Amino acid sequence: MILSVQESILIIMVIAVITFGLRAAPFLLFSRTGTTPKVVTYLGNALPPAVMGMLIVYCLRNTSVLSAPFGVPELLSVIAVAGLHLWRKNNLLSILGGTVLYMVLIQFVFS
Amino acid sequence: MKQAIKAAFPVTIPVLLGYLSIGIAFGLLFENAGYNFIWSFFISLVVYAGAMQFIAVSFFYGGIGLIQIAVMTLVVNVRHIFYGLSFLDRFSGMGKKKWYMAFSLTDETYSLLCGIKAPEHVDEKKFFFSVAFLNQCYWVLGSVIGSLAGSLITFDTTGMDFAMTALFIVIFIDQWKSSSTHLPALFGIGCTAAALFVIGPGNLVIPSMILIVIALMLTRKQIEGKLTEKDGEEDQLP
Repeated sequence: MILSVQESILIIMVIAVITFGLRAAPFLLFSRTGTTPKVVTYLGNALPPAVMGMLIVYCLRNTSVLSAPFGVPELLSVIAVAGLHLWRKNNLLSILGGTVLYMVLIQFVFS
Repeated sequence: MKQAIKAAFPVTIPVLLGYLSIGIAFGLLFENAGYNFIWSFFISLVVYAGAMQFIAVSFFYGGIGLIQIAVMTLVVNVRHIFYGLSFLDRFSGMGKKKWYMAFSLTDETYSLLCGIKAPEHVDEKKFFFSVAFLNQCYWVLGSVIGSLAGSLITFDTTGMDFAMTALFIVIFIDQWKSSSTHLPALFGIGCTAAALFVIGPGNLVIPSMILIVIALMLTRKQIEGKLTEKDGEEDQLP
């Protein structure tokens, strides 16, 4: 440990307070009065699918398509997850199947 | 409550896989910076933010001011401001638990809560709370394991964090199928891909969120019409 215990705790508390503040902000701003502006309700309803799309791209952001293995493990695994899910509609099967495939691909096939 | 936890557990298994593997990686890193499992436990308990905790490890090597740390935290986690908007109504009836629900609204918990419904015989509030609580348990557990024994794990976990990507894909597909308009989903992918193409993988989230909100505001009329049309005739698959 380079920093003192107090300094370390202070850093953790600063991060904790700001993170919680951001997560709690909508509830502090809108839910007490019971009059949520319509545009906020709209964003609340429209955002989930958009955020999900964002998180997918975000998770894959470091995939390099210009150098070997050209994103092939990622592409195959994404297809596997989507295919399994459209076929069997079982969350766990889709997620486990895709993850195991990805692990095998990057550890053994494209290693 | 027991019943709610039992019902919530299967739903959270994907997050269990993801959080354990990412948590272990975090615990290892934090241990290397000189912070043992008690510190890992503490930071995962009070901060509970995956990406941010990884970035935070560098703060503990010294030389970074508190203001800089505060700004960095704001920038990395500002997307969370939007997450609560989707749960204003549903969390408000939860009493004091509401604040824990807000606190624990990570990417993964948000995604799960967006995509699930409580089973018929289970109280939705207890179910939601159980999902959020179990997820944090996995995260805390993972980071503590990482500190204590990360270097002893011989099983190669490389790639296990793909469970998180897979989880988002599954929820994306479910939402796609049950939604009357695909514009928001397409904006999410398109805006983030555009941001990735223009500015690269570093600091991707904020420009993406800004683009998404702009796109959603510009098309509000079309999307809102579709969303309200759908109300009342929702017929989601279990």
